[in-house]
Amino acid sequence: MVKALLEVKNLRTEFHTEEGVFPALDDISFSLNAGETLGLVGESGCGKSVTALSIMRLLPYAGRITRGSIYFDGQNLLKKNEKEMRKIRGRRLSMIFQEPMTSLNPVYTIGDQVAEVIMIHRNTSKKEALAQAVKALEMVMIPMPESKIKEYPHQLSGGMRQRVMIAMALACNPEILIADEPTTALDVTIQAQIINLMLKLKEELGTAIILITHDLGVVAEMAQRVAVMYAGKIVEMADVQTIFEGALNPYTEGLLKSIPSIEQEGKKLHVIKGSVPHPLHMPQGCSFHPRCPYVIDKCREVPPGLINVSATHYVCCWNINREVKQ
Amino acid sequence: MSNLLQVQNLKKYFPIGAGIWGNPRQQVKAVDGVTFNVKEGETFGIVGESGCGKSTLGRVILHLLEPTSGKILFENKDISHLSKEGLRQLRRNMQIIFQDPYASLNSRMTVSYIIREPLVVHGIGTRKEQDERVMELLNVVGLNSSHARKYPHEFSGGQRQRIGIARALALNPKLVICDEPVSALDVSIQSQVLNLLQELQSQYKLTYIFISHDLSVVRYISDRVAVMYLGKIMELANKSDIYRQPLHPYTKALLSAIPIPKVKAKREKILLEGDIPNPASPPQGCRFSTRCPVVQKGCAEEEPEFKEVMNNHFAACHLIR
Amino acid sequence: MPQVEVVLAASPKKNNQVRYWFKLLTRNKSAFVGAVIFIALILVAVFAPLIAPYAPNDMDPGKRLQPMSDEHYFGTDGFGRDVFSRVIYGTQVSLGVGTSVVLVTTVVGIILGLLSGYYRFLDNILMRILDGLMAFPAIILQIAIMAVLGARFINVVIALAIVYSPRMARVVRSAVLVQKEQQYIEAARSIGANDLRINLFHLLPNCMAPIIIQATMIFAYSVLAEASLSFLGVGVPPEIPSWGNILEEGRVFIRRAPWMITFPGIAIATCVLALNMFGDGLRDILDPKIRKKQN
Repeated sequence: MVKALLEVKNLRTEFHTEEGVFPALDDISFSLNAGETLGLVGESGCGKSVTALSIMRLLPYAGRITRGSIYFDGQNLLKKNEKEMRKIRGRRLSMIFQEPMTSLNPVYTIGDQVAEVIMIHRNTSKKEALAQAVKALEMVMIPMPESKIKEYPHQLSGGMRQRVMIAMALACNPEILIADEPTTALDVTIQAQIINLMLKLKEELGTAIILITHDLGVVAEMAQRVAVMYAGKIVEMADVQTIFEGALNPYTEGLLKSIPSIEQEGKKLHVIKGSVPHPLHMPQGCSFHPRCPYVIDKCREVPPGLINVSATHYVCCWNINREVKQ
Repeated sequence: MSNLLQVQNLKKYFPIGAGIWGNPRQQVKAVDGVTFNVKEGETFGIVGESGCGKSTLGRVILHLLEPTSGKILFENKDISHLSKEGLRQLRRNMQIIFQDPYASLNSRMTVSYIIREPLVVHGIGTRKEQDERVMELLNVVGLNSSHARKYPHEFSGGQRQRIGIARALALNPKLVICDEPVSALDVSIQSQVLNLLQELQSQYKLTYIFISHDLSVVRYISDRVAVMYLGKIMELANKSDIYRQPLHPYTKALLSAIPIPKVKAKREKILLEGDIPNPASPPQGCRFSTRCPVVQKGCAEEEPEFKEVMNNHFAACHLIR
Repeated sequence: MPQVEVVLAASPKKNNQVRYWFKLLTRNKSAFVGAVIFIALILVAVFAPLIAPYAPNDMDPGKRLQPMSDEHYFGTDGFGRDVFSRVIYGTQVSLGVGTSVVLVTTVVGIILGLLSGYYRFLDNILMRILDGLMAFPAIILQIAIMAVLGARFINVVIALAIVYSPRMARVVRSAVLVQKEQQYIEAARSIGANDLRINLFHLLPNCMAPIIIQATMIFAYSVLAEASLSFLGVGVPPEIPSWGNILEEGRVFIRRAPWMITFPGIAIATCVLALNMFGDGLRDILDPKIRKKQN
């Protein structure tokens, strides 16, 4: 069996706020193989961005990883100091963010910013780095890269800026790319371009991708495996086809049914009643139970563990063998 | 069904780079000649990407922005230029639900006052009657009376949006403009709010203009849909025609770009080249000519006419006969 | 909205506003210390007749220029008046000036700031006038106005108010410019609210934070300015025991009786320092909350 490129085990990340300490991530475990695309899906507050920041060790000051391990290529990232992490970030482990408008520094040219990544990790001269930057911009299909490197972020459109971010992230050919809602802020037609680009680059470079998004459509197009998160836990994990056609967790099922689609024309939209609980007031037992249409007594008392339904399908639920409501 | 609203060749230009007294050097043509009717009781969807002018259009109809030229008729009365009193009357008939549940409520006001304020402004009812109405509205949108004395920051996004809906309904309007009302909400909350909007529509006989960039949501809730691009309507038809038989190349590209939550959904993806042009300098001729996958010679020379090409199906394209 | 900030911003605020504010205040050392000292000064001003052993203008020519003693904690001045009592009563003057100036500048500043922020065509005119006023060094302008009006308590307040109102107006104007573009203002227009209602009920309440901070700063400036003007002889009339006047009288006796300038000097410094600390602390308390709220 091929050893996984990234293995996250029992990760727990807490946030210290004025009102108390709460777990943003509560015992997360998943793995990522080389060249694979894993979709991390969930709604706001579920912890998917926190997962990315925890892996990159870029948590804000209030966040702390209190338990678990993150093995990247056999080494525990949590045991590394900041200097060692800086060697890894951008070089072997890269991230692109949701808002291309604010993730680029407005006072430096595009060329300078892409070249910076190259200079830090490849130890080249500025001239050489700029030449490589042009190649990186070509790779993300930015027209006329030689003149674009002299432009500033505000002169580019949202789609272009996102391409620049992708170029920066992939400039040193990292093994893993974490993409945090890369297309959410973009228009639909631009989103299609970026998804296409990412698929193409994945083919060419063989990068493994952790794709964080709330858009199930994007996940269906890009991911091979999917992990669904709710309130800081992974509630279901399987290959993409199983998730869309054979989901067993009630939250996943509810989420899929809530998306307006052709089949639901005219009928009322399926609704998951209630809303996400406040992190400081998590219900006892399963955190989804107050909203679950299939709740049984056990759900209210004991939090369910991850059950191995098949070799690749994990579900977190007590009531898997239930009759599915239409 | 009669026409509740008629828009005729509506234009809204924004000057940029204006001196204090001189003429502006450039104009952003946010809405550049839009014509359509909205029937009483229907949901009219307006869909498009950034820069297409849909939000501006909504605001001009409501007179939050003044039209540059063109006509707006409400219940067959010309409301294009209104006096102060006329505007006040208009506000009772037309309301708007905003996109951002966090920014559209005054964080210093209680929920009760936010919903009551429209009644206070228009001098409707005694204080007691106003309070009763507030309670009624809270119940109707799925909140309860204990929420009245709280402040917006104590609520979630979905709940805040409900408060915004309650406020919009306070004056019993006939037309409600929904400007991306669910775009800022999570998927599971979106469905709650969309269901609520539909219930309210049938309960209060409302007419909606539903503006969104999310084609799936627009498809679900609208009766007819207009597709906008760079300030003009490219195609307008009823829902099933637009989604099953799109005629305009832009509509086709837009529809094919939506990621479908289905694995291996086999379909041909039309990928558009390049970016959306700058609304301050739209392309010559047909606005879509710079990105159109089936562009022909002549498309960039003359602007296509927006006309009825099939039964109740309008489009602006030279290539559609 | 970034995930992390959703989580942090979702922390529930206590419904009891007073308790919440108190908790915030005590957490910020700067604000707390500043507030405590300032409140102490207010109490001194209010209970001056009870605290001061002598009347401020009681002269005792036999006991001129006496150093600190059990009978006269701060010694006596050139007329045999008890410096301690004079400094105590001086608190009334300084705080009185501060309060009056703050009241006037806040009202004037809010009006001017709202008008310039909301109406663009007024903005240009008003701002240029205010810029002109602010171009003068404060003390010079104050002296000039006092020279025209004459040395009286009320004129000091007027002079300071004229000089400091532009600062408040600018602060209000910037806050208004930001808030004006927010969606809740658009919402207020959509329900039919007129300009007055929008300015008073929607804009102003959301601009209070910078106004409050600026008010504490103006209070501090006023105390200092009054002392300076009185020291120069163009402030409050000499029969009123203001800290500046006491300083001025002590100037001549600086070698023989240094206590005459030391204690009013300490009083001024303490008051201004307390206000600055309070203002700084307030800024820290209010700013991150503003950012959080807008999230």
